[in-house]
Amino acid sequence: MSIVSPSTPSARSSASGPSSAPRLERRSGGMSNKPSILTTGILLIGAAYCLFPVLWVVIASTKSSSELFSTFTLAPSVHLFENIGDLFAYRDGLFLRWGWNTVLYAVGGAAVSTFVSAAAGYGLAKYDFRGKQLFFSAILAGVLLPAVILAIPQYLLFAKIGLTDTYWAVFLPSILSPYGIYLSRIYAGAAVPTEMIEAARTDGAGDVRIFWQFGIPMMLPGLVTIFLFQFVGIWNNYMLPYIMLGDDGLFPITVGLSTLLNQGSSQPAMYTTVITGSLVAILPLIALFFVLQRYWQVDLAAGATKG
Amino acid sequence: MSVNPQFPALRTSRRRFLGLGGAAIGAAAAGGLLAGCGNDSSGESGPVELTFWAWAPEIEKLVEIWNQQNPDITVTVSRQDAGDAAATKLLTAIKAGKGAPDLMQAEYQAIPSMVANDALADISEHLNSETPGHFNDGVWNSVTLGSDAVYAIPQDTGPLQFYYREDVFSDLGIDAPVTWEEYAEAARTIHEADPSMYLGTFSSKDPGLFAGLAQQAGASWWGIDGEAWSVQIDDDATRKVAEFWGGLVEEGVISNQPMYTPEWNAALNDGTQVGWVSAVWAPGVLAGNAADTQGKWKMATIPQWDAASPATGNWGGSSTAVTSQSAHPEAAVKFAEWLNTSADGVAGLVEHSAVYPADTEHASTALDAPPAFFDNQPDFYEITEKNAEAVQSFTFGPNVNVTYSLFNDEFSSASEARSQQAFVDALGAMQDGTVDDLTKQGFSVK
Repeated sequence: MSIVSPSTPSARSSASGPSSAPRLERRSGGMSNKPSILTTGILLIGAAYCLFPVLWVVIASTKSSSELFSTFTLAPSVHLFENIGDLFAYRDGLFLRWGWNTVLYAVGGAAVSTFVSAAAGYGLAKYDFRGKQLFFSAILAGVLLPAVILAIPQYLLFAKIGLTDTYWAVFLPSILSPYGIYLSRIYAGAAVPTEMIEAARTDGAGDVRIFWQFGIPMMLPGLVTIFLFQFVGIWNNYMLPYIMLGDDGLFPITVGLSTLLNQGSSQPAMYTTVITGSLVAILPLIALFFVLQRYWQVDLAAGATKG
Repeated sequence: MSVNPQFPALRTSRRRFLGLGGAAIGAAAAGGLLAGCGNDSSGESGPVELTFWAWAPEIEKLVEIWNQQNPDITVTVSRQDAGDAAATKLLTAIKAGKGAPDLMQAEYQAIPSMVANDALADISEHLNSETPGHFNDGVWNSVTLGSDAVYAIPQDTGPLQFYYREDVFSDLGIDAPVTWEEYAEAARTIHEADPSMYLGTFSSKDPGLFAGLAQQAGASWWGIDGEAWSVQIDDDATRKVAEFWGGLVEEGVISNQPMYTPEWNAALNDGTQVGWVSAVWAPGVLAGNAADTQGKWKMATIPQWDAASPATGNWGGSSTAVTSQSAHPEAAVKFAEWLNTSADGVAGLVEHSAVYPADTEHASTALDAPPAFFDNQPDFYEITEKNAEAVQSFTFGPNVNVTYSLFNDEFSSASEARSQQAFVDALGAMQDGTVDDLTKQGFSVK
């Protein structure tokens, strides 16, 4: 709200009309008012729009491959467990291996990336040093660059140091997340009071200790957000592992499933197996969201008042 | 390993890669090439380990047999996305100078561009002298590119044939069409009998099939003319094909929807798609996408332009190539020869990967029974063998991917417009675009 405050009261009321006063009142009186039908309706349509594909995946994964294209789209069938059996039996359980790889890339990458983002963001928010603005601008520019277009240059660099086709090839590029650093800087600026750092310093605490004992706990909700962003990003990443990896034992689920889909025109794509694989692959994401959701809500609320 | 003067691509092969060109890349690749030759001669201890990028179904099972029989040469399969995706990935690894496998499943149309990018090793010096005799001349030509070098060993081919729903045909009292004229008649009869039914579709997403149809009509889109490439996409033969299909689409008696979509699968299942001009591997696709229609299909020789001199084209098919980064080309060739020319290998390709082997020596032994989906047609492979002999020669150029994507763009709008003239115009655009691209890449074009 602070951004709005420079405008004079008269200009405000003339701009937004008489209705603005009661609205402000309502807001200060808590959000206990009834939601409007229109808003709810729009949100419901949005939710249906987002959930329909998921519903499709769930239903389609219960169909046998001959039913997939011959029965009504929304009519479920009874072959779910057969399909899951086929999926895990494919090439002696290679899907499990892909799942494990994906977990490694996503958990490891997101955890390390969150820590790096936290440290970098905290540093940018709370310290003054030469070139700080330059650093931050560079990171902002990084936010604007889609990770996809970096995949080929990264591949060529990794090939030079002989790291392509290894776990590192997917893990290392995932660590640095400009968006994570950016979020973390904003969050550290808002959530960690400079006075507190000064007080801790007066009491003789070192910078590292202040970061660990005060900075990180205070930034935790923001860090959960960064972790989730990175986790989902790495989990769904296709281009980077696709380019980096040649050994199909290192593939994550995304790249692995695509090999089932693209077997050439002379082979039928293994649609049911791929669909079932996609369903199994989103389950951990859904679980993660349920577990970490409360942090995210806290964070959104916090962000709303700080803006 | 000397540069072959007959293959014009090599002169300019270092010029460009995906528009990111640079001399260093070519040099790195050539370095790998030389290193590859040097290393192999030095006697090494321990088993040689080879990596193999492939997508043929269950090829792992064959490799397992090889590994058991040959403990000194261990092959590891790494399954990749088929076709162009794998080729692009290989070229990226070649450009990086590292990361390419030893062996690579390569489609015939991808070989020229791989050779132009120094991605494949010339394996002629390691080759068993009997190997070339295992293949038809046309097939062998597509791995030598008409030169003295050998860039791959053929694995499978895909002669075009015609598949149709026999039950629907006999209900309507029509026979399998022998000529394209009869095909058009049959398409009209079927669509008139039931407007939801089509004898076939013109798929603007399958340039490989269209190239095969042009091949049948006598076209060869690229050619090597001394030190230069020639391009004949907009020629009489291909124009005849485009006019034929454009006419049927304009008339509305065949569908204009692409193949390999969920809608197309549904049409195969519910019997509204009653015919398919496809290749020898079609039974696998039908079995996977429309299993319930088993027993209702029959296969026939593809309709002819001139019934007196039967001809057909190819759709699909691939070879096993040794990459220029392989440190063990000799061992790699041994494996590729076993896979594609030995009795065990060919039998395994048929049994596990369900491909139509390019090898002519062991093929008929391996193909003793029809594909399971066509058990109602015991002479399936006898007909196929005859068809395979009628495959016309066809030369691919170093920018097939460009031509194919031009096909997708131009024919998408042409078939959307349902206009015969647009089909013919699309060929002109493909011709010009292909020539422009070759020129831009630094090839000389005649």
